[in-house]
Amino acid sequence: MIKVSRLARLSLSPEQAEKMTAQLAGMLEHFRDIDALDLAGVEPMTQPYPIKNVLREDVEVESLNREEVLGQAPAAESGRFRVPPTIGFDV
Amino acid sequence: MSDNTTLPNGWQLVVGLEVHVELATKTKMFSASANRFGDEPNTNIDPVTLGLPGALPVLNKHAIELAMRIGLALNCKIQPCTFHRKNYFYPDLPKAYQITQYDHPLNVDGYLMLPGDVRIGIERAHLEEDTGKSTHFGGSSGRIHGSDYSLLDYNRAGVPLVEIVSRPDIRTSEQARQYVAELRAILLAVGASDAKMEEGSMRCDVNVSVHKPGTPFGTRCEIKNVNSIRSVGRAIDYEARRQVDLIEGGGVVRQETRHWDDASGRTETLRTKEDADDYRYFLEPDLVPLAPEQSWIDRVRLALPPLPAARREMLAELCGVDKNGESAIVVVERGQDDYVRDVVANGGDPRRSIVYVQQAFAELGPKPKVPAKDLAALTILERDAKVTSTQAKTLLTDLIEAGGGDVAAMATKRGFEALDTSALEAMVDAAIAAEPGAWKKYCDGEEKALGALVGAIMKASKGKADGKAVTALLQKKAKA
Amino acid sequence: MKKLVEIVAAVGGGSLTATSVLEEHLDRIKAREGEIHAFNLVTAEQARTDAAKIDADIKAGKSAGPLAGVPIALKDNMCTRGIETTCSSKILQGWKPPYDATVVGKLRAAGAVVVGKTNLDEFAMGSSTENSAFGPTKNPLDVSRVPGGSSGGSAAAVSAGFAAASLGSDTGGSIRQPAALCGVVGVKPTYGTVSRYGLVAFASSLDQIGPFTQDVRDAATLLEVIAGHDPLDSTSIPQPAASLVSVLDHGVKGMRIGRVTDLPEGCEPDVLARLEAAFDAMRDAGATIVDVKLPSLQYCLTAYYLIAPAEASSNLARYDGVRYGNRVDAPDLNAMYAATRESGFGEEVKRRIMLGTYALSAGYFDAYYGKALKVRRLIADDFASAYAKVDAILTPTSPSVAFKFGSKTDNPLAMYLCDVFTIPTNLAGHPAMSVPFGLGADSMPVGIQVLATTLGEQSMFKVAAELERAS
Repeated sequence: MIKVSRLARLSLSPEQAEKMTAQLAGMLEHFRDIDALDLAGVEPMTQPYPIKNVLREDVEVESLNREEVLGQAPAAESGRFRVPPTIGFDV
Repeated sequence: MSDNTTLPNGWQLVVGLEVHVELATKTKMFSASANRFGDEPNTNIDPVTLGLPGALPVLNKHAIELAMRIGLALNCKIQPCTFHRKNYFYPDLPKAYQITQYDHPLNVDGYLMLPGDVRIGIERAHLEEDTGKSTHFGGSSGRIHGSDYSLLDYNRAGVPLVEIVSRPDIRTSEQARQYVAELRAILLAVGASDAKMEEGSMRCDVNVSVHKPGTPFGTRCEIKNVNSIRSVGRAIDYEARRQVDLIEGGGVVRQETRHWDDASGRTETLRTKEDADDYRYFLEPDLVPLAPEQSWIDRVRLALPPLPAARREMLAELCGVDKNGESAIVVVERGQDDYVRDVVANGGDPRRSIVYVQQAFAELGPKPKVPAKDLAALTILERDAKVTSTQAKTLLTDLIEAGGGDVAAMATKRGFEALDTSALEAMVDAAIAAEPGAWKKYCDGEEKALGALVGAIMKASKGKADGKAVTALLQKKAKA
Repeated sequence: MKKLVEIVAAVGGGSLTATSVLEEHLDRIKAREGEIHAFNLVTAEQARTDAAKIDADIKAGKSAGPLAGVPIALKDNMCTRGIETTCSSKILQGWKPPYDATVVGKLRAAGAVVVGKTNLDEFAMGSSTENSAFGPTKNPLDVSRVPGGSSGGSAAAVSAGFAAASLGSDTGGSIRQPAALCGVVGVKPTYGTVSRYGLVAFASSLDQIGPFTQDVRDAATLLEVIAGHDPLDSTSIPQPAASLVSVLDHGVKGMRIGRVTDLPEGCEPDVLARLEAAFDAMRDAGATIVDVKLPSLQYCLTAYYLIAPAEASSNLARYDGVRYGNRVDAPDLNAMYAATRESGFGEEVKRRIMLGTYALSAGYFDAYYGKALKVRRLIADDFASAYAKVDAILTPTSPSVAFKFGSKTDNPLAMYLCDVFTIPTNLAGHPAMSVPFGLGADSMPVGIQVLATTLGEQSMFKVAAELERAS
């Protein structure tokens, strides 16, 4: 659960983590009902409607207005979005 | 630069390269804002680029076209393909996932030939999108650790990329450099990318491991921040040596990502496997499968221009030079091989044509202003010894400066004429008579004495003697 | 309360002004919105400007659009340029999108007047609108009960007469279930018929936008306007929108209507009674009732609660406080991410993100997400077999009438069971709609769900129209 919360960038307090673990464990137990199914040879379904090859012509469209967008940003400086430093990360 | 990857004690190097290439499209991979380098930050943005709530991706048709050109130029098979999400958190990744290709990429199973008929396998060349750019501020080194904040520009976010993954078939750092150079030449030839490593439109990650022949491949390390062809070689040489030293010292190579520091010439640990994210790949539900029709693939294949390797071969055959030699490589790289062909077609001496172009046409681009017939005429003048090679060099410069002209007239105007053989012989005899001491020394085996004699003759002839011819005559006479 | 179709006729014909129609609705909002809380934001001033412009245009002789003067409410997970769009979440509180969703553009072009953004379960995750970060919406028919969810605000807005129609989004039943609980019509169209561009994504392969209206004719009218291919949405079906209004009077004579014999348990008897009455009505109208089996139905909840949270965990990763929304500052990036998301997301959202992340993670993918995708295929196949025998299927929309606040919030699984009849159609990508059909327990309305196969909207609407005539 700690690993999952780290992957999801969610910080959970110990009580929250405990409660959530119990709830999720209960759900996952319920979800094991699908183990009863024989799924050999069944193709996974990812798309409700079969479409292929949706493409767009390479034609430029005007950019969004930078001021309008940065006006909605939590922190901005010199035309860019500003964030705290990424300690312990890669380039 | 010599090939430094002869490792001690029978260790062998194994290298695989992952090259990311920005495609030369007008717009981004999944949205229609501009794909342009160098614009003011955050001026080529749209809801998809910024990962705004509600934004949806739509594939760029021209990006597919260019990706197919790359695939075909690398002898890949083009197949129906799908897109996946690669999920991780980083501020330059606006959706917190990158749309890429996972188990069904567009191009698979190709190869690239290096000089010397070395074949490097290409595992895949797939489509994905580029990230934004973060710049770090504060801190002493300008790199991340200890800096105060980062600023983000999303102009580059969403730019179409093709990632070309080689098989680990590369065995020397020289091969690696050749691979990158050849790949670059191919990308330029098919018009897929401007492939400028210094601008980041072509980026290399190098995977290095060492082993002893007959044993399994060793643990490999990925090296990032290799920003030039020269760095590719240096980084491989360093890393291979580091790994060998480590193993022979009793250590174990850890599978990790390392950062190449060009200034210090070393690789450093960047992150280890334990810190790596679980990317939770799953099929991108906002896109549909891509299966280019055979007719489209055929059109792309037919429209492919002759590739650099083929062009080098044709040029080499025409001009009587080595297809892996520098003149062929350089002239094709500059795109001047068609011009050389033109010069030869105009009667130009083939070998001299390629040499002149190689030596003097560096700045002239693929369509030099000098008319092919004029250059052809110059090559003939030199071939027929109507001018000396030194004089020819001068005339070449004149020709380039003037953008063409009647070379015979130019030669006459300059007062150039080469002395013919009998006149040369007379001058040689005169010089021998004038310097009997030097002549005796030369005949006795002192090579240095030759230079003095040649120099005297050249001076006396006021430059009209061809230095090479004079030297040859003296040598002949000495043997007689 | 004027129907959408009436308003269009009156405003287009000149017998009413858009402004007067709007004021009528704004008056009702003023009277009861404080109690109901259907809206996160009422955009009265902008609406008045829009209505005035429509009136001016009509007066100047310009032709009125197909929705001219219709006051419409939009679920607050659809992007409206310059107008706050929050998804009822603290993490987006105050955010104004720099662009309009495609459907919003279509509504404006048709002359509709947007009166406000409606409340929802946070990020559309829920079945009661109790998961909103800004307080729940009350059921206008009984304010001690939930309006359903996640589009509770949009359903309540129509039920209370705040808007002549509204748009919601449906991922597992989020339009149909609140429609049933509030006594209005709610439609989830075939996946891909209405553009998702600008709809804040919850589960990309399941989400669809659809209408809430007072009756079936209004729904057909509105759906015709918002449906259609959108080049900005790769999953948008290339076909043009079907004609729906034209089939409403065709009746159901000769149609075959399916009764699911292996319906999941848990349906209240009052609801089942209304379903029986619905079948009787169809029989009386000349349709044949055919038994069909959907053996995989019992696994739908599991498949859905693995697929939807998985996609959602990825779709909601972008809420990191970097480019938009609310940020909680911290000394380093990871801490900022965690703090921002911890405080910005409610419990249900966090729960689904955790569940989804887990289902996709290395080592568990095949056991959970991978398997769920196969179950999805089975359900689609079951439906395909059924639709070989029938033109439409009837089921209850919700297992019960609107329930009391707080009665299901302690047990997430109990809440999930509200969607047991609606989820299968999202998984299959099929259309389905809820039509009010009489009253159940405590005199609360009961909705009957009409299902049809992919692009079977015409059959669906024929049956719905007949149901409505018989109700």
